[in-house]
Amino acid sequence: MGLGAISVRGATKVYNPDEAAILALDNCSMEIGAGEFSVVVGPSGCGKTTLLNAIAGFHDLTGGEILLDGAELSSPGRPAKPGADRIVVFQNGALFPWMTILENVTFGPLAQGRLGPREAGAEALAMLETMGLSGIASDYPGSVSSGMRRRAEIARAMMNRPKVLLLDEPFRAMDALTKTVAHQFLLEVYDRTKPTVFFITHDLDEAIFLATKVYIMTTRPAAIKKVLEVDLPRPRSYKLLASAQYQALRQECQETVRAEALKAFTAGEREM
Amino acid sequence: MTDNPSGIIPAVESLPLAEAATAEPQAAAHRPRGPLAKWLTSPAPWLNVSGILGFLLLWHLLTTVLRLPLFDKLPGPLETVGEWFSRNPTYGISVFTVEYYQHIGLSCLRVFLAFLLATALGVPLGLLMGWKKTFCDYTFPVLELLRPIPMLAWVPLAILMWPGRETSIVFLTFLGSFFATLLNSWLGVKSIDRSYFRAAASLGASESLLFRKIVWPGAMPFVFTGLQISMGYAWFSLVAGEMLAGEFGLGYLIWDSYILVQYPVIIIAMFTLGVVGSLSSLIIRLVGNLLIKWKVKEA
Repeated sequence: MGLGAISVRGATKVYNPDEAAILALDNCSMEIGAGEFSVVVGPSGCGKTTLLNAIAGFHDLTGGEILLDGAELSSPGRPAKPGADRIVVFQNGALFPWMTILENVTFGPLAQGRLGPREAGAEALAMLETMGLSGIASDYPGSVSSGMRRRAEIARAMMNRPKVLLLDEPFRAMDALTKTVAHQFLLEVYDRTKPTVFFITHDLDEAIFLATKVYIMTTRPAAIKKVLEVDLPRPRSYKLLASAQYQALRQECQETVRAEALKAFTAGEREM
Repeated sequence: MTDNPSGIIPAVESLPLAEAATAEPQAAAHRPRGPLAKWLTSPAPWLNVSGILGFLLLWHLLTTVLRLPLFDKLPGPLETVGEWFSRNPTYGISVFTVEYYQHIGLSCLRVFLAFLLATALGVPLGLLMGWKKTFCDYTFPVLELLRPIPMLAWVPLAILMWPGRETSIVFLTFLGSFFATLLNSWLGVKSIDRSYFRAAASLGASESLLFRKIVWPGAMPFVFTGLQISMGYAWFSLVAGEMLAGEFGLGYLIWDSYILVQYPVIIIAMFTLGVVGSLSSLIIRLVGNLLIKWKVKEA
């Protein structure tokens, strides 16, 4: 394992190049260090998910390139191959509903042929144990709470010891209380193994509380408008939210995002 | 958010959220009664029985008591049931005659063969069409052209193509059920959320694993809905086929009894079709529930 530095260089993505072309990403560049917890914020439909999908390898770029630890991952006409070094946690959750939580968590190592069924089972149970999920190992995703499902999906991702963890608004549908628990949980996972994290959200508190760096995007076509260094100490607790340092960061972030959100609002952007 | 004065974040394991999972199975164990006992003490069975009795009464009134013009040629329930359960049936068909079971057996065998064939061909073809766009592009126009052709329009071809009645009838029955199976299996794959394919690919699944672990289980609920519909079509087509070309079977029995003016036998054969049809779709439903446990639990 180890490493996981992502370089996005001049990434450009045009949907529908023939007809009503939509420019989703415009010459977007960012350097994410190995083991960095990067959070991307920006107005709805600004192209955040487009960038995430390009890193994950779900579609290609129209221009520019993406590198992982210096090796080319994706360039125009050559999309990245989805792989277990970059695992995605989806907006609406993608635990396979027809598999038990345990079967979901063992899926990765078994699919890659990295572990035999017995070792995978043992490792998955240990992983579920550390994540406080051993009670639901044999349940189907449909019969556990959404918070549990989220945690199980992160457990499934971490089983592959990914270099990069890509999260697309994973806690969007949660109520505020469950969300704080989920944040704490994600930070514990992060502090244990320090993967590179690429986390998309609208929620500024969430962004600053979790991030090492916050990347604020412009409205579509998306480019990076501002990078905010969050040098709050880790491990973090909710005490931080009251600190002056946090408040100052929050203020700075708010102002930048507000300007972009206003632009998006007046332009009548729709959710992509 | 700052209402945690000590500033200590409780460990995730000790939160009520984590406990909920261990508490749930216990709650399930406390459930006092099984589903059957629950059903029997509910009003449902009594309403079911009164519904059936009401239907029989109406039938009796219309055919035997009032003798309305539409219904005066039809046998009433007493006559039909009397014949059905007679040791010495006037027209030679009752639960005590071998012929009755020969008709049922042969019809069931034909439906079973046709349904098996339709499933064996329709499910893989439908899944493949849903999964691989290129394959769908090849096959879809042809299938969409053939699908709306009513089964009865195939009768002359069926007779020309196949030697003997038996194969023609099975072929017609097969056609009836094949397209429903195919279409639903195809829709089943289409209904699978794209995220599951993406997640599986990013977890390192090969193509064949993708088919076995995502396409097949994901499409299963639709496949079984399709099988139930296709079983209905199979019986429908069977009766039509048997009426035209049969020598035995319930469809043949209905038509033959009409020609021979043995009206109670028509009703007996019709009800028998109702019973075997319901039973066959019940079996599919049970097998489906057994295979799709995750969906049952979700509901």
